[in-house]
Amino acid sequence: MSSNSFAYNEQSGGGEATELGQEATSTISPSGAFGLFSSDMKKNEDLKQMLESNKDSAKLDAMKRIVGMIAKGKNASELFPAVVKNVASKNIEIKKLVYVYLVRYAEEQQDLALLSISTFQRALKDPNQLIRASALRVLSSIRVPIIVPIMMLAIKEASADLSPYVRKNAAHAIQKLYSLDPEQKEMLIEIIEKLLKDKSTLVAGSVVMAFEEVCPDRIDLIHKNYRKLCNLLVDVEEWGQVVIIHMLTRYARTQFVSPWRQGDVLEDNEKDFYDSDEEQKEKADKRKRPYAMDPDHRLLIRNTKPLLQSRNAAVVMAVAQLYWHIAPKSEAGIISKSLVRLLRSSREVQYIVLQNIATMSIQRKGMFEPYLKSFYVRSTDATMIKILKLEILTNLANEANISTLLREFQTYVKSQDKQFAAATIQTIGRCATSITEVSDTCLNGLVCLLSNRDEIVVAESVVVIKKLLQMQPMQHGEIIKHMAKLLDSITVPVARASILWLIGENCERVPKIAPDVLRKTAKSFTSEDDLVKLQILNLGAKLYLTNSKQTKLLTQYILNLGKYDQNYDIRDRTRFIRQLIVPNEKSGALSKYAKKIFLAQKPAPLLESPFKDRDHFQLGTLSHTLNTKATGYLELSNWPEVAPDPSVRNVEVIELAKEWTPAGKAKKENPDKKFYSESEEEEDSSESSSDSESESGSESGEDEEDDRSGDSAEDSGESGSEPEAGKGRAATRSRARGRGDSKDVDKEKENSKTSESSSGESSSIEESSSDSESESESESESESRKVTKEKEKKTKQERNPLTKDVSLLDLDDFNLVSTPVALPTPALSPSLIADLEGLNLSATSSVISVSTPVFVPGKTHVLLHRMSGKGLAAHYFFPRQPCIFGDKMVSVQITLNNTTDQKIENIHVGGKKLPMGMQMHVFNPIESLEPAGSITVSMGIDFCDSTQTASFQLCTKDDCFSVNIQPPVGELLLPVAMSEKDFKKEQGMLSGMNETSTTIIAAPQNFASSVILQKIVNVANVGVVPSGQDNIHRYEELKFQAL
Amino acid sequence: MLRGDARGRVPDWGGGHSGRSGRRRRRPCCRGDAGLSICRGFQTEKDSLRSLTVSTMIHSLFLINSSGDIFLEKHWKSVVSRSVCDYFFEAQERATEAENVPPVIPTPHHYLLSVYRHKIFFVAVIQTEVPPLFVIEFLHRVVDTFQDYFGVCSEPVIKDNVVVVYEVLEEMLDNGFPLATESNILKELIKPPTILRTVVNTITGSTNVGDQLPTGQLSVVPWRRTGVKYTNNEAYFDVIEEIDAIIDKSGSTITAEIQGVIDACVKLTGMPDLTLSFMNPRLLDDVSFHPCVRFKRWESERILSFIPPDGNFRLLSYHVSAQNLVAIPVYVKHNISFRDSSSLGRFEITVGPKQTMGKTIEGVTVTSQMPRGVLNMSLTPSQGTHTFDPVTKMLSWDVGKINPQKLPSLKGTMSLQAGASKPDENPTINLQFKIQQLAISGLKVNRLDMYGEKYKPFKGIKYMTKAGKFQVRT
Repeated sequence: MSSNSFAYNEQSGGGEATELGQEATSTISPSGAFGLFSSDMKKNEDLKQMLESNKDSAKLDAMKRIVGMIAKGKNASELFPAVVKNVASKNIEIKKLVYVYLVRYAEEQQDLALLSISTFQRALKDPNQLIRASALRVLSSIRVPIIVPIMMLAIKEASADLSPYVRKNAAHAIQKLYSLDPEQKEMLIEIIEKLLKDKSTLVAGSVVMAFEEVCPDRIDLIHKNYRKLCNLLVDVEEWGQVVIIHMLTRYARTQFVSPWRQGDVLEDNEKDFYDSDEEQKEKADKRKRPYAMDPDHRLLIRNTKPLLQSRNAAVVMAVAQLYWHIAPKSEAGIISKSLVRLLRSSREVQYIVLQNIATMSIQRKGMFEPYLKSFYVRSTDATMIKILKLEILTNLANEANISTLLREFQTYVKSQDKQFAAATIQTIGRCATSITEVSDTCLNGLVCLLSNRDEIVVAESVVVIKKLLQMQPMQHGEIIKHMAKLLDSITVPVARASILWLIGENCERVPKIAPDVLRKTAKSFTSEDDLVKLQILNLGAKLYLTNSKQTKLLTQYILNLGKYDQNYDIRDRTRFIRQLIVPNEKSGALSKYAKKIFLAQKPAPLLESPFKDRDHFQLGTLSHTLNTKATGYLELSNWPEVAPDPSVRNVEVIELAKEWTPAGKAKKENPDKKFYSESEEEEDSSESSSDSESESGSESGEDEEDDRSGDSAEDSGESGSEPEAGKGRAATRSRARGRGDSKDVDKEKENSKTSESSSGESSSIEESSSDSESESESESESESRKVTKEKEKKTKQERNPLTKDVSLLDLDDFNLVSTPVALPTPALSPSLIADLEGLNLSATSSVISVSTPVFVPGKTHVLLHRMSGKGLAAHYFFPRQPCIFGDKMVSVQITLNNTTDQKIENIHVGGKKLPMGMQMHVFNPIESLEPAGSITVSMGIDFCDSTQTASFQLCTKDDCFSVNIQPPVGELLLPVAMSEKDFKKEQGMLSGMNETSTTIIAAPQNFASSVILQKIVNVANVGVVPSGQDNIHRYEELKFQAL
Repeated sequence: MLRGDARGRVPDWGGGHSGRSGRRRRRPCCRGDAGLSICRGFQTEKDSLRSLTVSTMIHSLFLINSSGDIFLEKHWKSVVSRSVCDYFFEAQERATEAENVPPVIPTPHHYLLSVYRHKIFFVAVIQTEVPPLFVIEFLHRVVDTFQDYFGVCSEPVIKDNVVVVYEVLEEMLDNGFPLATESNILKELIKPPTILRTVVNTITGSTNVGDQLPTGQLSVVPWRRTGVKYTNNEAYFDVIEEIDAIIDKSGSTITAEIQGVIDACVKLTGMPDLTLSFMNPRLLDDVSFHPCVRFKRWESERILSFIPPDGNFRLLSYHVSAQNLVAIPVYVKHNISFRDSSSLGRFEITVGPKQTMGKTIEGVTVTSQMPRGVLNMSLTPSQGTHTFDPVTKMLSWDVGKINPQKLPSLKGTMSLQAGASKPDENPTINLQFKIQQLAISGLKVNRLDMYGEKYKPFKGIKYMTKAGKFQVRT
């Protein structure tokens, strides 16, 4: 104890020399129990004083010592009142330590803990997201039932916070609140539902964790987020990956049909996997086999594959179990290499991984056969590792490798680790039974071991030989004789018992030896182990029945000894045997059958792996490791016979928008209309003519746009160059490219204009989608599905004509970058459409909804002048569209013109010289550009919120030109739609951080709102907040980097 | 522990013995123990308990030293009594060696998952189903973090820095779920203690706790802190390969494989974007990456492209495909024999170079666990020093460099226990060695380029081959 306090002193590092001095003398000097106790009391007094002092350093010292006490597991609860006062301390370290203290003791001192609540409530509104998050963390960690409503409110607010870090903490808080008060479940599920839609990778892992704990059975909440989760998976932090993968494994087992069919293995050879997914799809189609994997099923399997390369063993194991449980058997092979790699890491990881491999290797030997040598045992392995490796080696043994293995086993048998040697002998026994070719060799080997010097080895051999002989009811008289001789030397009870049993069973085969053995053991009966005594009794009984002439007296002598034995089991047995075999007047009919009873043919024991029955547990789980069902284990369900409707994973934004638009328009578009017409007048009046046409066109255009931005969000982790089967884009659209080339800037403007006019709609889409969800919750699911399907049909019809004319022009800006995908086969197209729809979700459901730009300036910038570009001219401009390559990127459109009289071939982006952090998504190389032809391509650049220049090279077949793009600040912004109230709230949160204020002097004629708007949108990509007051204008933006 | 012994045998007693069954009934209550089938009331109590305290992944953490003292405990939810560790101590006693303590120990209400590192057991208490590797991997990450923070991870160091340890643990886990495990981020949240900082803190009253959210947490590169500045910009890469091999009695290779890692020490200003390419990337059979490596780029071009974390980190670990025959750079000639009649045994080993590509083999050490029958050894080495511990029976010989002209050898006799029979196994020889400037697989880095920053960094690449688990059976 005194040494403890000494440690505190050391640790507090001489902050307050005087106090420490007192401290040291008071604690070290007294000796004896009483002295220590009093010093302890005194110390606490000290701490109280220090906490009440007005010097931060003293408080900090005190807190550090208190934390030291908590760490040691000592009770510091009596300091609660003194500590809790400091919760509002300005010093952040004191504050943190007070938090630590509060979380530890609040449960015990509930009333006092309430004093701190208001501080946290205040901190929840703090502009600093770190403080908001930590306040939520501590508040939710205080396990005081009274504050449940406060917690609920805090979680609700935090789940809509702008900072994903705070939202992540909200997800954690859900679990804490749930464990505090399960009554809140329904409300919490609502929040989980909301957070599941969150796009941030930071949140994904935590919310799935909350889902798993609060409502793992509400699989319906996952449907709409399934594709998003699959696509985000690579970018989620490693711990979240593990949780999500486990959840998705369960999900897949309920939603898809089994890919394991008879003949599946034959048809799908290994090579199939390495083919690109597209090819595979085509193949699958060609074969027209009855089973076609759901594209969503495939999506999950494909997107988890890269994670096998993770450095985190838990992630690798999670993917491995996913492949094991849901991938076609032919594809599961790739996990073995990664699992074998894990064997290089620590003892503990090896232990778990080997256990899982052991289970797998029983069912599918072939998977690990190539890695046989990786399981060879080293003398430095821990015993438990050795035994697991041995287990796997046994499972992998077959006719081809058994001779190598047996040689290896020979080395193991000699190991100094006797437990391991014994396990090896059992293994040899198992090999002998499973591979009949070597059973004789094994038996001979084991017999040789009987002359081993080590008793444990001999004993184990005897036991195994016994089992082997029992299985092969042949003549093994020689071996039995040999073993009978061993009885003199062996002392291990199990082995002695085994030998006696063997002799008893085969007593008719060794008629001379058996009575002799009985004679010997009768002499030593009293000193034998209980196990051996029972077998002596058995042997006596058997011999009495077969050879009563020689052994009658001996047996009776033994029965007499047994009668007075100390162990009641032996007394019981003796009584039983005596009644059964010795005929007397009392014994009934049973004694007639004594011989049949004792010398019945016994079934041979089955030598099988202890891992045989483990496969009903999900691999990689605690239950699997322990081979018992752990608390909270969620059973992996069997594949459904018929797949549930796959369309539940689609998100029907488009169709529903149709239905709801009238209402949405009436409500929302009116103010917008007015506003637009004003600005239009200012700029260009001719545009209103195309109103009705562009209306419908823009709508579909917007839908597509949403699709794309959804795509890009999900693609963000990938380079995007890989053709993705799930995201088929009609080839017709990319062909339209050529036509769009001649399009001039005006048209561009027009298009974006029209799409703007539907900005009101986009918000109504959101509304309706959320409505539909609540609907589907209340109504029976099947009904809503039916509706969905009908709508789907409708939109398909409606879509086709649209794509022919107007929308083509709208779309083609995006097309060049669309990856070349073959025209989807008709059989697949419905699901592809479904895919496209499903992707919509992530764009619209984010917490912050990005709105379309209010205005797109037509100003173009010169990228490459035709003089310096040897006839190749390039202009760029910012279309203010959400970039499709990644949500942090700004889309840039480049128009290339060929001013020469020759074809320019192979135009592409060469070397990039980007400032740190900056990223660029280049356009696909252009094969050739005809003389006087022009082409427009899109690029995405992540400027990292800076106005730094992105320099890169524009190359043709012959030349390279260095070019620069420097963005004006205004183009780095992204407008979001929000109400005035929300805006004020968010503005409040940001205050101080990103604030600049200046006064602008303007001429009175410029003071009309439309003029100001025009000026502002000209320089910056912002949106307008509907404002109640005339003279205040609010513009929102979403900084790319900040979110 | 004593109580535990009795516990294990509870179900053995037959039903007829009233005296015993009375004892049995009491036990589950006093210890909160097994035997649910016997105690119905107990079962229901447990169920209700479960519905109330819904799990969290890691409930508590106990740090236990080799002598069985709990010297640190941390709870992320309601306090779990220390007594839960009794089950651990029981297992520890049964295992005799620390190595053999099972990593997963079930107790009636909890599960104990432990890792053993630096002579400390890190025991995590969990309550419900969780992937065990998740917890184990996290515990290892905790140890790595401590090592990173304090240089060494040992009991006295943890005790000295208990406040920082607590703060770090608080940040690493929220409600039992990992929150921030990247060392770069943690160091921004809680600054590691340095002598200078301690002094500064004492004078100015400033703290170890960062007051800003690390930008990394939110940015695209969560593993790298922002605002890194160095006067000397350097990037060093060490390609280290280890040979795992088992050589049999006759000197032929039973199994051999090469496992490699590339450890990096990158001290570069700003946000550099590095690419590293190999001359022969096809050698790499199986790789695992630091999260910073762009997977797609590797898939398509076999180039490592990444924004590195600041400081030391493991960029890549790899396995060289098994088809390539592994060059074994050393051989061991041995002659170890025990005679049945005499109490003396002969011992002679010689180590020599083989397929070293002209490089010298350094840092050679030979260790061997001698059979129990060996009482003592009297040996003379031609170079280096040797020791034999008569208690653990561990022979170790520090050879040093191998001079091909004069091969090092160790000769002498072993004295055996009189009367004992000769051991039936010859000891296995474990070998350690190092070869500088050689990657035994032949892997070569082609070039390292930096993008995104304007300065010219100093780049360095070092190769080394080491013995991994290199055993020679005799």
